[in-house]
Amino acid sequence: MNQKVLLLVGVAALAYMGLFRITGSEVRSETEIDITRGTVEPSPIAVTNFHANDPSALVLGAEISTVIAANLESSGLFRPIDQGAFQQKPEELQQIPRFVDWRQINAEFLVSGMVEVGPDNLVSVEFRLWNVVSEQYMVGKRLKTPKANWRRVAHLISDELYTRVTGEGGYFDTRIVYVAESGPPDNRVKQLALMDQDGENHRYLTDGRHMALTPRFSPTLQEITYLSYFNDKPRVYIYNIDTGKQEVLGDFPGMTFAPRFSPDGNQVIMSMARYGNSDIYVMDLHTRVVEKLTDHPAIETAPSFSPDGQQVTFESDRSGKQQIYVMEAVPGAEPKRITYGSGKYATPVWSPRGDWIAFTNIYRGVFYIGVMRPDGTGERKLAKGFLVEGPTWAPNGRLLMFYQQERPTGQGSGDVGLYSVDILGTNLRKVMTPMNASDPAWSPLIP
Amino acid sequence: MQSKLLTLVGILLIVAGCETAIEETIESGGEGAASTVAGTDVVGADTRSSIVESGNVGTAEVAAVDPVMSFQEKLVQQAGDRVFFDFDKAVVRSDGEETLRMQATFLKHNPGLTMTIAGHCDERGTREYNLALGERRANAARNYLISLGISPGRLSTISYGKERPIVLGHNEAAWAQNRVGVSQVD
Repeated sequence: MNQKVLLLVGVAALAYMGLFRITGSEVRSETEIDITRGTVEPSPIAVTNFHANDPSALVLGAEISTVIAANLESSGLFRPIDQGAFQQKPEELQQIPRFVDWRQINAEFLVSGMVEVGPDNLVSVEFRLWNVVSEQYMVGKRLKTPKANWRRVAHLISDELYTRVTGEGGYFDTRIVYVAESGPPDNRVKQLALMDQDGENHRYLTDGRHMALTPRFSPTLQEITYLSYFNDKPRVYIYNIDTGKQEVLGDFPGMTFAPRFSPDGNQVIMSMARYGNSDIYVMDLHTRVVEKLTDHPAIETAPSFSPDGQQVTFESDRSGKQQIYVMEAVPGAEPKRITYGSGKYATPVWSPRGDWIAFTNIYRGVFYIGVMRPDGTGERKLAKGFLVEGPTWAPNGRLLMFYQQERPTGQGSGDVGLYSVDILGTNLRKVMTPMNASDPAWSPLIP
Repeated sequence: MQSKLLTLVGILLIVAGCETAIEETIESGGEGAASTVAGTDVVGADTRSSIVESGNVGTAEVAAVDPVMSFQEKLVQQAGDRVFFDFDKAVVRSDGEETLRMQATFLKHNPGLTMTIAGHCDERGTREYNLALGERRANAARNYLISLGISPGRLSTISYGKERPIVLGHNEAAWAQNRVGVSQVD
């Protein structure tokens, strides 16, 4: 397991950093970029190549710098400055920067770093973030890891930088599981694929012989729950990323689908169809005891827990068409409808921070992705298209990913791909995948 | 168009003196068979003029045509395998009732058969809801067959939601064809 070998050696800022005001909460409470309001002009940031004393480590230092710059750029909050404009060399940055040089190229922030390759191919990576305008040291750490693990170090550093500047949790050290699609619409191959959030380390988890849909990460383990049509029996499965092993979840007489883990990872909530009617069930993964949460002749599906595990949001057509409801996570509790806008509301997903519920809205043949407060107020549309569907939250609750199908022409499918957007509706970006892609699920920060 | 082609194949088989094909038509029996025979008869009446001879058929080609119809082909021919539904609905319409009555007759005439009904939806809904809706549709068709006296144990269902469209295309005509329960002899 990757996380075991990743040694977070230092929160240790180096000795001379004591010259600056680096201690604790006082500095941390300062938010340099407020991303909670309106459109933010990306801040110019100089990400220098991490310096090293031997040539092979120099290459690694440049690669780490590239990954960090790409992460920060993708957030829409930073604009990495072309390295060609840099005056000061990486080796000169192992002491206090000449801020005047960086102000000259309009950098607001400066990232410097150092890489050392030790015995047993262990690398030690340290970084520092500087505020060029106020000439302040902001944060710095040293991380040690096997060399092969360098990308995760770059992502962890990116998260540190992002968090220090925005005051929000990071999301770069995460992965995406999704459904890779290929072939004609009536015989489409749908298989699970896994990649880092920046598209690297891409691999397929299933081979496509059995249709796979709606994968979702466990919040605590390297596991995914999803719907597989194995042997033409659509059932919820649990797939272990580390071992590649999977198991069908329970022994249900009807189709089980729309699975999602509880926030503590101990339960899976899902729909089961019995005699054509879909209700919502919760299975305890340890005791395998199943509870039926809803009991209604309407379609009840797409359940999602609140982060405290006390409530469940789901969709039901009990009013005549798809709407979103919230109920206590107790069998027989009375669901409360929260959507009264135009059209149908579907696929509710509770934000990991608890403050929003993301949804899909269908109105007059157009699909929308949006967010609303758990009481149904504050509705905001973030994206729209011929078909947009299936939002998933980044672990910091500031971004969503979803999938979009382009309006098809003729008999083809119309390209299907992943997009991310922040909860203000800005920074809409296509997420590159080798094949067509749907049903993304964002992992928690990798443990 | 397709029925004309089928008819044409039928004629060619007859012309070639393929006895098994003729036997097959007779032995299939029941209401469905009557319509089959009627369909063949029609050829003589008014479609012959529309048939264009396009060349000679060798025996090798005739042999390549499997003269034995599968049960699924018989189901399609004698009853129809598709029951259509209205948008976002899972109520069997009167045209669907008609199809299902013929399916029930077919199943009664072939008591050894079991059947799976696959529920489908058009692409204009969300994935998970459509899985549930497809399941509802398949069960609506199944329940109607059960009400006509078919043993529940002979009928299973599966939902494909919007994942396996029956008809390609992205307009109302295609979507209407994809709001469907498709019966498949196991």
